[in-house]
Parts: sequence; C-alpha cells; structure tokens
Amino acid sequence: MASGHASTAPALLVPEAPGLLGLSGLGFNRAQSIAFLVMLGVLLVGPFLLYPVFLMKLLCFALFACAFNLLIGYVGLLSFGHAMFFGMGGYVAAHAAKVWGLTPELAILAGGVVGAGLGVVAGWVAIRRQGIYFAMITLALAQMVYFFCLQAPFTGGEDGIQRVPRGALFGAIDLSSDLTLYWVVAAVFLAGFLFINRIVHSPFGQVLKAIRENEPRATSLGYRTDDYKLVAFTLSATLAGIAGGTKALLFGIATLTDVYWAMSGEVVLMTLVGGLGTVFGPVVGAAVIVTMQNYLAEFGAWVTVIQGVIFVACVLAFRAGVVGELGRILKVRL
Amino acid sequence: MAEPLLKVENLEAWYGESHILHGMDIEVREGEVVTLLGRNGAGKTTTLRSIMGLVGRRSGSVRFEGQELVGARSDRIARAGIALCPEERGIFASLDVTENLMLPPKVRDGGMDLDAIYTLFPNLKERARSPGTKLSGGEQQMLAIARILRTGAKLLMLDEPTEGLAPVIVQQIGRTIREIKERGFTVLLVEQNFRFAQTVADRHYVVEHGRVVDAVSNAELSGAMGRLHEYLGV
Repeated sequence: MASGHASTAPALLVPEAPGLLGLSGLGFNRAQSIAFLVMLGVLLVGPFLLYPVFLMKLLCFALFACAFNLLIGYVGLLSFGHAMFFGMGGYVAAHAAKVWGLTPELAILAGGVVGAGLGVVAGWVAIRRQGIYFAMITLALAQMVYFFCLQAPFTGGEDGIQRVPRGALFGAIDLSSDLTLYWVVAAVFLAGFLFINRIVHSPFGQVLKAIRENEPRATSLGYRTDDYKLVAFTLSATLAGIAGGTKALLFGIATLTDVYWAMSGEVVLMTLVGGLGTVFGPVVGAAVIVTMQNYLAEFGAWVTVIQGVIFVACVLAFRAGVVGELGRILKVRL
Repeated sequence: MAEPLLKVENLEAWYGESHILHGMDIEVREGEVVTLLGRNGAGKTTTLRSIMGLVGRRSGSVRFEGQELVGARSDRIARAGIALCPEERGIFASLDVTENLMLPPKVRDGGMDLDAIYTLFPNLKERARSPGTKLSGGEQQMLAIARILRTGAKLLMLDEPTEGLAPVIVQQIGRTIREIKERGFTVLLVEQNFRFAQTVADRHYVVEHGRVVDAVSNAELSGAMGRLHEYLGV
C-alpha cells in the first residue's frame, strides 16, 4: 500500500451500526451516543436544578478521573501519584491568576502546562517499571511534590493560596456569577472528555490498547512501547493539571489537600467505582464519590469509613464498576 | 552466492537460569520456506523468539540482510523487516478484526494491500467488525498471519500455524503459505507436523536440545523418513 496505515484506515472501515446525529464521528457507538446525549442534557439542565458550585466541583473531578482512566483503562498503567498533577495544576493556576494576574483561561492553561511538564518527568522515570513498581514510583514522586508544595514559598504552605480571583474570561466575561462560571467549567470538562475519547479511538489509542493487552506482542510488531506510554502518561497528566487548575479557580483556593496522596487514592476510587476502561465510568464514579462527600459531610470523619465500605462493596459486587456492569447487562459498550 | 537473508550462527538463549538454545545455526535464503522440525521443548519456538528479540538473554549472531540484530530491541528487529506470528497468535481481544489488521506499523514497501489480504482470506472480510475474541481458532490464525503480511516485513516467522486446527483449515493455511512464497516472502516455519511441512517447505532443519542436528531438503524428505521418525518419535 502506498501510504501509511493511519491515513488509509478510515476509508476502509466497514460502517458499524450507525451512530446518532453523526456522533459516531466522535468515535461513539450507538449506546455511547445515547449516553453522551443524556450527559449533555444533564449538563444543560443541571445548574437550574442543583447547586452550580457542587456541579462544577463534580465536573472537575470527573475530568480528573477521565484523565486518570486514560492511563489505567487504556494503557493498563496504575498511577498512584496523580494528585501531583491535579494539585500542582491547582497551585500554578491559582498563582497565575492571583499574582501574575492572568485571565482564567490562561491560568487554567498554565495548570495544564505544569501538569504536562511534571508528567513528562514523572512518566519518563516511572514507565521503566511495571505493575506495583510503577505505582510505587509515581507515589514516591507525588510525595516529593507534596513536600515541595509544603515548603515552597509561593504555595503558602499550610495556608495554601487563598482568595484567588475568578477574573474575567478572555478579559471580557466576568465569572463572579456561579452560573457563568458553570458554563466555562462545563465547556472545559466537555472538551477534555471529547479529547480523551478522540485519543482512545484513534490509531494511537489502538496501539495503547494493544500495549495494555500484550506489551511484548506490540513491541514485536514494531512499536517502541515506552514512547507510547510516555505520551499517554503526559496527556493524562496534562488533563489532570487542567482539572486541578479549574478547581482552584472555582473555589478560589489551592491547598495541600489536592496534592496529598489521599487525592491520588480518591481518583483511583472514582475510576473503579464508575468502571475502569469505560468512556462514561469515571464521570459516574466522580459523581458518586463527590455526591457522597457532599451529602454525607454531616457524618464528619465517618465519610471515609462509609466510602471505604462502598468501595469494598463495589469491588465485591460489581467489579466492572457501575457503568461497566450496566454495559454488561445491556450488552453494549459504554 | 550472496549472504543469505537470515543467517543465525551459534545462537544461545536463556530463560532466567535455564539455558535453552545451545548454539543454533540456521540459514534462510531469500524466497525460501524453511521449517524447524522437532519435538516439544526442543527449542524451536525459543529460536523464533530469540530472532525476534523477545528472549531476555541471548548471544551468538543473528544477521538479517547483513545487519547484526542479536542485541537489538524487539521493535527495531520488527522495523528491520522480520515479523513473528506467535503460537498463541497474539490477537488483541479489545480490537476488532480490521483494527487488528491495521495495527502493525508499515515497516517498508512491498507488503500486501488490504484488498489482496481479503482475497487471500475472505473470512476476514466478512468478519471485519467482529472483536478479536469472537473469532474461531482458524480465523484467529489467519488474522495473525494476515496482520504481518501488510507491514512489508520480508521474513515471516510462523510458529505452528496449524496447531489444533481442522484439516480443511490446515489445507487453507498450506495454500496461504505457498501463495505468500510466490509473492516473494521468505518464511521460517516451526512445525511438529512434518507431513504438513512437506507440502509447503523447501528445506527442513531438525532441532533437538537447542541445536540443529540435521538438515534435509524437501526432495530428500521421503528418503529420510526413517531418520526423522527417530528424531521426532512419531
């Protein structure tokens, strides 16, 4: 064949069951198209029924979990240090907005850039090992970043960066109204979500899945798998940084909580509860966990215990997660 | 005569502490179909895996088109133009037939295009959208072979492609091997079934305890049956 496989692939694909409204162009199958429309509907009416700040928090975590899922669900790499990207993204976005006076979109972008930079370094070190060693290296690196955030002058140590202005989008649209900010956060989430979906369904994503399934085989077909893993790791870190930056602007505060190892654990929890390696699982998982934290807050320290019980119950009862299990019952891929 | 396409000399390989190959010597010339015959555990599969760079510790020499590859990484060996179709077939379950087929990178010109592959394997075209897990054993085997025909690899190493398949599928795989030979591919085949090997190959090496103990051309094979029976215990 004259040209590379990537460019000729789409023309040769036999059309599958048609998607809705051309959503198959985004890589969605029929069931996913319906689920996507439902999600879009919830995003649109949500702020009129529920407290927008709660929804925005949920969307930040949903994006964080989707970024994490890109790595564990599609490459099979369990990072236990994703808080470093999320937390650092938050700090840098907060600093950029407060001290440098950047507009919110640039501040969020700065969070993403820092996530990417940190991701390249952490990924480069961590992908040399697999399984538990990979997880431990990412955890160790995240602890170093935590220590840095505790000590560095710009992060404000135990106090964090407080009173971060939301600013005006593109210097023009004032974001002090929750509802206005909501649409921005929803747009950031949606862009990240669709971007991840695009990656997963691209030829690059297929190589990632091949690596997850059988890395030696992918190597012996001619792929330098480390390069692919590093790119995936960096993309995941970038999106986690963006999610962290958005959250910092939303609450006007960046603290050690977001860079602490428990946050790394929380994102694992969200992804597992929702459904590992599913498109919508991390979103549902984030919704479940954030809702629990919100509505169970009155139980104080017991939230952690309740969370733990739910986690164990989830893993025992439906290992594929809420969405994974739903997909199995309905016999569709979600 | 010019240097053969693949020249393996004194190849030794280890899995952890176990020393599996004790100095393999093989030559495969361009356009040939050569088989490695031998009992279970003789080191045939390990030979293919070592050539492909999938065995951790190896020494000796593997020269492909004059290029030394014994220390190279597996992905570089693949890019040099060697492809392995492993015994377990290595179909990716989460990808469908077309995605599996399109997955391997094109390493150079001269591979077959999709139309030609589908002509060779009409079943695969019918099942283009089926996930890799939903295929029959024969279809998986065909997909595993088809997948490496597209890349432009010159030397195809097939590890027991007929294992566990129905006679009619075995015949189809035999036809396929003859067809790809005609197209100019070079094939290194591992087989236990020498009656099948006889129908496709030019030459045979007999492998025992990690080294080559005999070499027979296909023409001599019938005359050498007695010897082979002894080696293979069949």
